[in-house]
Amino acid sequence: MPTALLNLAWFIPLFPFLAFAAIPLFTYRNRKLSHTLVIGGIGAAFVLAQIVFWRAVTLPVGGGEHAFESTLIHWLSAGGERFTLGVYVDPATAVMLFMVPLVCLMIFIYSVGYMNFGTDEVDPRYSRFFSYMSLCATGMLGMVVFNNLLAFFIFWEIMGACSYLLIGFWYEKKSAMQAGLKAFLVTKVGDMFFMLGLVLLYSEVGSLAYRDIFSPETLEYLAHTPFMGTQFPLAAVIALLLFGGTVGKSAQFPLHVWLPDAMEGPTPVLALIHAATMVSAGVFLVVRTFPLFAAVEGGLQMTVVAAIGIFTAIFSSIIAVAQNDIKRVLAFSTISQLGYMVAALGIGAYVAGAFHLIIHAFFKALLFLGAGSVIHGMQRGHHHARENENKHHEQAPHAVGGRVTANPHEEFDPNDMRNMGGLAKRMPRTFWTFLIGGLALSGFPLVTAGFWSKGEILAQAYESFPVVFWVLAAAAGLTAFYTMRQICMVFFGQSRTNAAEHVPESVPSMTVPLIILAVFAISLGWAGIPEHFPVIGGLIPNWFHYFVGSTIEAGHAAEHAAKVVGHMSKAVHGFVWQPLAMGLIFALGGLGLGWLVYGWKPMQAGEMDRVEGTMRKVWLGWLYEAMRDRFYFDEIYQATFIRGSILLADLFYAFDHGVVDGLVNLAGRFGRSVSRVSDWLDANIVDALVNLAGRAGRGISEVSGILDLRVVDRLVDLTGLGTRRLSDLSNVVDLKVIDGAVNGVGDTIQAGGRFIRPTQTGRVQDYLLLAFLMVLALVATFFVILFLQI
Amino acid sequence: MIPLPWYLLLAAALFCIGAYGVLSQRNGIVILMGIELMLNGANINLVAFWRYLEPGGATGQAFALFVYAVAAAEAVVGLALIIALWRTRDTVILEDVDLLKG
Repeated sequence: MPTALLNLAWFIPLFPFLAFAAIPLFTYRNRKLSHTLVIGGIGAAFVLAQIVFWRAVTLPVGGGEHAFESTLIHWLSAGGERFTLGVYVDPATAVMLFMVPLVCLMIFIYSVGYMNFGTDEVDPRYSRFFSYMSLCATGMLGMVVFNNLLAFFIFWEIMGACSYLLIGFWYEKKSAMQAGLKAFLVTKVGDMFFMLGLVLLYSEVGSLAYRDIFSPETLEYLAHTPFMGTQFPLAAVIALLLFGGTVGKSAQFPLHVWLPDAMEGPTPVLALIHAATMVSAGVFLVVRTFPLFAAVEGGLQMTVVAAIGIFTAIFSSIIAVAQNDIKRVLAFSTISQLGYMVAALGIGAYVAGAFHLIIHAFFKALLFLGAGSVIHGMQRGHHHARENENKHHEQAPHAVGGRVTANPHEEFDPNDMRNMGGLAKRMPRTFWTFLIGGLALSGFPLVTAGFWSKGEILAQAYESFPVVFWVLAAAAGLTAFYTMRQICMVFFGQSRTNAAEHVPESVPSMTVPLIILAVFAISLGWAGIPEHFPVIGGLIPNWFHYFVGSTIEAGHAAEHAAKVVGHMSKAVHGFVWQPLAMGLIFALGGLGLGWLVYGWKPMQAGEMDRVEGTMRKVWLGWLYEAMRDRFYFDEIYQATFIRGSILLADLFYAFDHGVVDGLVNLAGRFGRSVSRVSDWLDANIVDALVNLAGRAGRGISEVSGILDLRVVDRLVDLTGLGTRRLSDLSNVVDLKVIDGAVNGVGDTIQAGGRFIRPTQTGRVQDYLLLAFLMVLALVATFFVILFLQI
Repeated sequence: MIPLPWYLLLAAALFCIGAYGVLSQRNGIVILMGIELMLNGANINLVAFWRYLEPGGATGQAFALFVYAVAAAEAVVGLALIIALWRTRDTVILEDVDLLKG
């Protein structure tokens, strides 16, 4: 059977998962074994994924009904509903399987060096870190290989949990803990919509398996059934709800705020989250469910997707220009590139979007790992510089004062690009690989992969969507500009701090992954060179387009999609030179401008940022500040959503305090008033009655007294004598028998109390234990009775 | 198919581990964890009985979900109590908390 090998996809998520589980259970104390397991796990996944990938390419598998689906296993039952699980390999899966394990493997190897394995500074939670990373890889791989959206959602949420754990990995730092929480909560807002979309889809179709929901009949039905009496077709509503998940996970506007804060995590995490896994997952969701998006021709959903994409792309690249934290620049650049992909999908450029997704993962992982290498070096350098200085102090305590050096008590920020400069000489391997990554990000023509993937998006936008084209082209220019700015500030010119002068090159376990990723950041673009490109077009077939494009165009299951996409992207069928020229102008222009501003005359220590200076001169300082502060989105959310929920909590508290407590107090006060009334009644009416009766009694007794003296006394005296005799007798009985009995009862109770009292320890657990024993006794009794009856 | 009593044994074991934790541990948070274990033991029972005795309906699963909701509420209240305890008495060791002592 030619597809038998594809069944290996079952085992791809398994190995990272086993590695994840083994660490907390067995190997936590052994750091070396822990990272060996994790790297071995992802290595096994990598090998399997390569086999599946090449098999899928050589068959080749197609989209829709031509996709490979393994035999299904019975997975879940809920009531009468049955869910099955299988692996599903179509071109989109295959290319993800090529990218994800490879990038993850590089990141894991890099982490060994980054977390200082084998030195004194090794992270105290080293093993745990690898365990989490492995789980995150499991989430991504599981999401890619399985055949239904429910499994997709489950693995997606596993990644969400991992992002929380990894971003907040250094949770002793308050900001890291908060950033983890923020990432988790903000993405959950999107996930909520995703889940609603799944619910709606399931309630309409009765299945979440790709094969069922993307069948022509289903798509037809979804495209032509209005949603709850509105004019929107179901497909559009479901697609938009699913897109909510993408907005959260891929940090699109307005849920982009978590991604910059994710910088608090260890740098390999950022590479993992920002490149290979989490953020790609969001875009991959749209890629995966694209037939739904494309089911309605010219529908609202595509417009929304494209609009959010281009807005995110342009606005985050504007912010990136004004950032000084090396990782933050990359974070905003990631948001912007994700916007690119989303916009590409929104205009129907499915293949181009997927292509950029894959390429971006490689060069962005490369950039983040490079930035991590720089930061790591800066920390080392800072350490080193401080040690030197301390030595200096000890030797010649009076010689200080000439040059103001970094104050050891001052907080040193190893991420701040203003503290860097001139690192190219000190870390050559990091520099060259970072340069390659940066050029790929900017879309440097011909040699870098980024050029081909971005160019394809621009080419497809050019004819049908001029607005999208111009905005994306402008974003590309800004991207090139801030990338050049970053490279110049970090690597060129003179070192601006002592720390930067003492930066060492990173260890091989960090630089080797950089070099491998750099190779891919260049060569991968060759898989997608348009056929009609001048000179080199056609030398290498546009393999990516044929393979991934077949998902939509060949699979007759997605006929609508093909129609829509075909209609939308005419541009791809012939070579048009304008978008290429514009792309070139913007990319090279941005790079050149960046070089002119920051590279021509390198920045000096303490100098104001050039863009800031220029903007202040033309009274745009406020705009720069807004850019630097990320257009105040965090503050706006703080003032509305967070303040709002605190207000709501206060409101509930007030309700609790006022109404609930008030009712309880009212009941108490009512009881007290009742008792006061009855007290008054008692004193005034009841007592008066009693007194009246008493007085009447006295009158009667006075009358009777006279009678008494004369007649009764005699008789009484007589009986009195008899009675005294009797009472003497009863006295004896009273003292001995009755008192004895009463005292006896009292004594018994007291003794009992003394016996029971120790059980009243005040500890709830002891009471529970008692209750538990009582239950046991009851059960025992029950059985005894049962046996006796038998 | 695994016979029903195995599930019941598993549930009973989980319940007993939880109960042991609740009765023997000193840390309030660990006690809460024990309670969760007990609830989940009950859940396994519910789901197992549903699967074996009445697989067509959804009662067992619905009850299990209900237990989850209750467990979540219980965790909220329990953790809030522990936080309040920590703030007022600076401890989460329940042995030190004996306001009920007679």
